[in-house]
Amino acid sequence: MLLEKLSNARAVSGREKEVRELLREEIKDNVDRLKTDVMGNLIAVKGPDKPGPRVMLAAHMDEVGLMISEITSDGLLKFKPVGGFDKRILVSKKVSIGEKNISGVIGAKAIHLQKKSERDKPLDYDNLYIDIGAKNKENAEKLVSPGDMAAFTTEFKKISSHRALGKAFDDRVGCSLLAELTEYSYDYPIYFVFTVQEEVGLRGAGQAAYWLKPDLALVLEGTSAADVPENKEFRYSTTLGKGPALTVRDRTIVVNKKLLQELIATAEEHDIPYQFRRTTAGGNDAGVINITGEGIPAAVISLPCRYIHSPVSLLDLTDYANMKKLVYNYLLAIKRKEF
Amino acid sequence: MNGGYLTIMNKIEKSTDIKKLIKELSERSAVSGEERGAFQLVKDFLSHYTDEIRTDPLDNLIARRAGTAEDIKVMLAAHLDEIGLMVKSIDDNGFLKFATVGGIDPRTLPAQEVIVNGRKEITGVIGAMPPHLLSRDKRKKAHKLEDLYIDTGLELEEVKKNINIGDTVTIKRELTYLENDYVSGKALDDRAGVLMMLETARELDKIKHQADVYFVATSQEEVGLKGSETAAYDIFPDVGIAIDVCHGQMPGVDRGDASEMAKGPAVAFGPQVHPDIYQLLTKTAEERSIPYQKEASTTPYGTDAASIQIARSGVATALISIPLRYMHTSVEVISLQDVKSGAQLLARTIAEIDQDFLEGLTCY
Amino acid sequence: MIELLEKFTAGFGPAGEESQITSIIRDEIEEFSDEVRTDNLGNLIALKRGSGDKKIMLAAHMDEIGIMITHVDDDGFLRFTPIGGVNPGILRHKNFVFADGTLGTVGVEKLDSIKDLKLEKLFLDIGAADKKEAEQQVKVGDSAVYQKSFYSTSSRIIANSLDDRAGCALLAGLLRNLEMPAHDIYFVFTSQEEVGTRGAGTAAYGIEPDLALAVDVTGTGDTPEAHTMDVKLGKGAAIKVMDRGSISHPGIKNLLVKLAEQAEIPYQYEVLEFGATDARAIQLSRSGVPSGTLSIPCRYIHSPAEMLDISDFKACAGLLQEFVSSKELKEIIKNN
Repeated sequence: MLLEKLSNARAVSGREKEVRELLREEIKDNVDRLKTDVMGNLIAVKGPDKPGPRVMLAAHMDEVGLMISEITSDGLLKFKPVGGFDKRILVSKKVSIGEKNISGVIGAKAIHLQKKSERDKPLDYDNLYIDIGAKNKENAEKLVSPGDMAAFTTEFKKISSHRALGKAFDDRVGCSLLAELTEYSYDYPIYFVFTVQEEVGLRGAGQAAYWLKPDLALVLEGTSAADVPENKEFRYSTTLGKGPALTVRDRTIVVNKKLLQELIATAEEHDIPYQFRRTTAGGNDAGVINITGEGIPAAVISLPCRYIHSPVSLLDLTDYANMKKLVYNYLLAIKRKEF
Repeated sequence: MNGGYLTIMNKIEKSTDIKKLIKELSERSAVSGEERGAFQLVKDFLSHYTDEIRTDPLDNLIARRAGTAEDIKVMLAAHLDEIGLMVKSIDDNGFLKFATVGGIDPRTLPAQEVIVNGRKEITGVIGAMPPHLLSRDKRKKAHKLEDLYIDTGLELEEVKKNINIGDTVTIKRELTYLENDYVSGKALDDRAGVLMMLETARELDKIKHQADVYFVATSQEEVGLKGSETAAYDIFPDVGIAIDVCHGQMPGVDRGDASEMAKGPAVAFGPQVHPDIYQLLTKTAEERSIPYQKEASTTPYGTDAASIQIARSGVATALISIPLRYMHTSVEVISLQDVKSGAQLLARTIAEIDQDFLEGLTCY
Repeated sequence: MIELLEKFTAGFGPAGEESQITSIIRDEIEEFSDEVRTDNLGNLIALKRGSGDKKIMLAAHMDEIGIMITHVDDDGFLRFTPIGGVNPGILRHKNFVFADGTLGTVGVEKLDSIKDLKLEKLFLDIGAADKKEAEQQVKVGDSAVYQKSFYSTSSRIIANSLDDRAGCALLAGLLRNLEMPAHDIYFVFTSQEEVGTRGAGTAAYGIEPDLALAVDVTGTGDTPEAHTMDVKLGKGAAIKVMDRGSISHPGIKNLLVKLAEQAEIPYQYEVLEFGATDARAIQLSRSGVPSGTLSIPCRYIHSPAEMLDISDFKACAGLLQEFVSSKELKEIIKNN
């Protein structure tokens, strides 16, 4: 399953190679042209010479992870975060480092050895180390170097008939959907853009948008679903199983009203369950795309995922299927005369 | 308004040496937004090595040196602006209240001599109450910006005649030459980078290069990487290299957060650096035995490289930094050896850039 | 111009949903403009052609801060999130109004201490008996703004959204009265300033101006125990030196001062330690645009009751007129 392969692949912001290669293999026979740009974005197009609105679909290839910053004399590795996440989730997790995929574990002082006052405080980067089992610094230096990226290693797994867990659903779900959508034909030029470095500041999408100057853009994301016991209902943001989530506004974009209405109309026409993303926190590639040049009408459709930006996320496969159905039907409905 | 408190400014010759240059550069007053204060100096030097010099709407200073090919553009960027202060209010006794321009640490300010860049340069002091007059708890806490003020010693009338709201204030500090080719002064962030850029021009003059090289003394880096954003849009180079400073080793700082002093400039890799340019820089350094260090970045931000990279449809960028101790204080320390090595490295690397290299930049 | 201001402050226009205020402004300026258009981000752009070949862009933002509904609970209470710089600490018992006029008031959960007052403790009550009734009037995604009010005394105006309907009124007033400008003047009523100066950037990209001036409000330091700041109500038009969004182009700043002195218009210098205006986005457009800001001094910005001084407002109008007609604009453009 493509989503499984993509979720398991490692691509921390700035080192998107593994996912880029996977995607390139997957889609190259479905599209007319494929290229990478100077940032490393993978841009594919179907029907570049067709008349009609130039449509851009975007999903980002990178995930949050860690970068090795120093090797101590004991052969333990110090690290820093790449992208934003809650550092409290790091301790006691497994990672894979560098191109050689060296295994490591994130450890900290055992609870038995901690003072009572220490136990209440979350562990800071200063107290956390990655242990690869090296005997000493020299031994470690043969296997890893400062600057190597460490990604979480959770393996994708279906845990019920319609739920799956894995890592990096933000935004491998978007990448997977985009790749799957290259299998169909469209009446207008459509660009499938797999962007880089979204997690470190929405850095790849703007250049792709500047270059291809689309008439409209759709960003496919994985977003947080906080429908969990410790939360009150009004703080769920999105709920698993209730269908793809449409953004009204977030920290970086006010979604084009017309696009939003059209998406809602498509969902209702085809009886596709959908929900609204009920928080304005967070941003994504649409934020830079919508203010590129003279402005590009853009919308965001997200798959609800619990625990994004942590080693283990959870999603609902019927949501995934419904999201694909919604995007596909919307793409079919884009008529030339509207632009 | 002015160009630095050393009133005698010697003409900058083609042969003016690196030690003199860094002194002139450091002592200029050019707070973000007033980079003109250091223009003449940079123009004078670069005029010997470049074909045309201009400024742009954001006060970037852009000098172009032609290469042998016609269609290769390399942009070097080092920011000319320094952090400083700005007068925001004059009280009834003539004391000046101020705002910060760029990331100034208020704790470095008390008891600091400053220059107010008013109608003429006026010396002042940032007042600090003597300990005898402070309560015990006040003494324990760091000074808050709101409580600080500048004392020029002048009567209100005199103050109002010469100083306006909005006038900038620079730290008064002469450059000091330390042992082993180390220097200490204010604004070495990023005058040391500007120096490396000027020295690179000097080095390039000795060798052949295909690329047209744009030497850009960028503006307003300290307040948001602004000058480099518009300069990069305008020039839209094939390759952009930012020259800035990074933290130098000192006690209390993790080894992973700093580079060693006098072991060569730090060549960065991270999201803001194109891997091919990083390779070219490090390979060139090794082939020519130029000392350098590696610097890993987790975030693209913090230098002009971040804004250059995202110009238009994207620029292949790199970042080279001079290790510097005590950043954003008036006693920043760098090694001139690192600047010299960096200039040699940049010149030699630029000389390697040809069409084949450029074509490879989009192959991922 | 005060009438224009009153009309404009009454318009509904939270950042990103400016269509109502756009119509109101458009009605006042269309017949006096050579061309009027809107763009993809909702900016309203009006052109008055001039005899020269330069393009001057004036910008004032149409949008205001507000709230967006994120949840309708079973009892008909609404939860919301801010649009732009809304301070949750001042929302208790304030009234909000939706595009269709529906009114709600902000209530708060029980608090153990005032320090617990945060956005998540607040809710909007539109008087609905239950979820069904509430959803007949309001749905998730709808936005609301402070209830509208406008009071004027002989010297002061207290109203909502002087930020930046005051700037819009100045622009509209100038547009209506300006004859034979020396250059092409683009009067841009920008969108989405409050959520990141977004409209101004795309508008500038499209127009490619040679020079730009934003007209916006700025804070003052003249209330009891205020943060130190030199700007005071009644001391004249504020000429911005710097805020956290931009450092004004010195040529523009100096010209404004010179013109104010020549025309004997009271003025003051402004240094703002927080905030930004559209100048931030315009200045960084393409290869850079010399930009500055003319500020209207204003107390209590981002509250439902902002206050400006009428003489300051008039001083800004006068200075704006002088600026646009000045022969020295060309010098600033030429020197770059």
